[in-house]
Amino acid sequence: MEFLFEGILAISWKQVIMWVIGSLLIYLAITKELEPSLLLPMGFGAILVNIPMSGVLNQTLEGIGQVQGIIDWLFEVGINASEAMPLLLFIGIGAMIDFGPLLSNPRLLLFGAAAQFGIFATITVASLMGYGLADSASFGIIGAADGPTSILVSQVLKSNYIGPIAVAAYSYMALVPIIQPLAIKLVTTKNERKIKMSYNPKSVSRMTRLLFPIIVTLIAGLVAPASVSLVGFLMFGNLIRECGVLRSLSETAQNSLVNLITLLLGITISASMKADVFVSMDTIKIMILGLLAFVFDTMAGVLFAKFLNLFLKEKINPMVGGAGISAFPMSARVIQKMGLEADHQNHLLMHAVGANVAGQIASVIAGGVIIGLVPTLW
Amino acid sequence: MNDNVIASFKLMGMGMTAIFLVIIVIYVAVNLLHRFTNKKPNKKIL
Repeated sequence: MEFLFEGILAISWKQVIMWVIGSLLIYLAITKELEPSLLLPMGFGAILVNIPMSGVLNQTLEGIGQVQGIIDWLFEVGINASEAMPLLLFIGIGAMIDFGPLLSNPRLLLFGAAAQFGIFATITVASLMGYGLADSASFGIIGAADGPTSILVSQVLKSNYIGPIAVAAYSYMALVPIIQPLAIKLVTTKNERKIKMSYNPKSVSRMTRLLFPIIVTLIAGLVAPASVSLVGFLMFGNLIRECGVLRSLSETAQNSLVNLITLLLGITISASMKADVFVSMDTIKIMILGLLAFVFDTMAGVLFAKFLNLFLKEKINPMVGGAGISAFPMSARVIQKMGLEADHQNHLLMHAVGANVAGQIASVIAGGVIIGLVPTLW
Repeated sequence: MNDNVIASFKLMGMGMTAIFLVIIVIYVAVNLLHRFTNKKPNKKIL
């Protein structure tokens, strides 16, 4: 009857910590509604993979040999071998995004670019802390404020920290309403936050909406070929949305596909949340670096808007620059709320949404650029 | 300063340049799209 106690006797203190972390993620997902679609599967997965001799992981059984575990298999096939899961998710994200507010005011694209600075600033901080360039880049990409991009880049760069990176990316995306106001208030005055912006959108033709995803893919692909998978799948989803003849596919991409991939992605990522790797000082450092990335991104976007204001007659509310981080649509909502707090008549939502979707484009370009550049700098 | 830190600064310079380059080209392309695809309002014939 000894076999009944094998599991209990094999429990390590690190695994118990992972059960607590898993339970905490489930608690945050349910009671605080922080990215529940990702944090709940990840939390439950963290418990599953940290049960001693868990059947969801690959095992070598006496007399039988190697037995495949479902979560290890999902990780190997869906993420490690092909990055299929995060990429397929981009089709759904692309189908969900309306680029209209950006197309009607294209200069907002610049804020998307500026707000990626936090990624690179964090990479430098991580390098100063002694991490190698590939790991530093994987930590920095948390600042893309885009879970699938973070997972994909860290996987392509063969980082050993994909679990903590995914947890940090999704947790901080959920915490944008807390992080961004603090970061914005550090670099703006109340008068700056009161700046009103008139909303005079250009009309956007159907042809522009149709050609936009194709042109963006071509431009990004020619300048940063490594970004083609990321940008291409995002824009493919958007083309399905905008073409008008694939309504059923568009709805499937926006709902069923996103739900299915999200469901599997969360539990699959838990393969990288095994106690021996996850319970370490590195995880705490990654969480701190991820927070820094979000703060640097926000500040860079705001400061870039302030820089542009030096040359503009009609001033931009610098908070709109902060929406250039991807985190769509939370960031735009935060800016709208902060605008109203500064002045009850200050409606910034449409400008912030434009900057926010620009951040979505720029963050996937940043991911591709990092994948392309890091191997050349090793 | 170790090699990784120097490489990270290079990555910052090259990365931000590449991102801005792509975004500025997209910006120009979108403006051209507006110019060529938006219908011009009919001028009144006096």
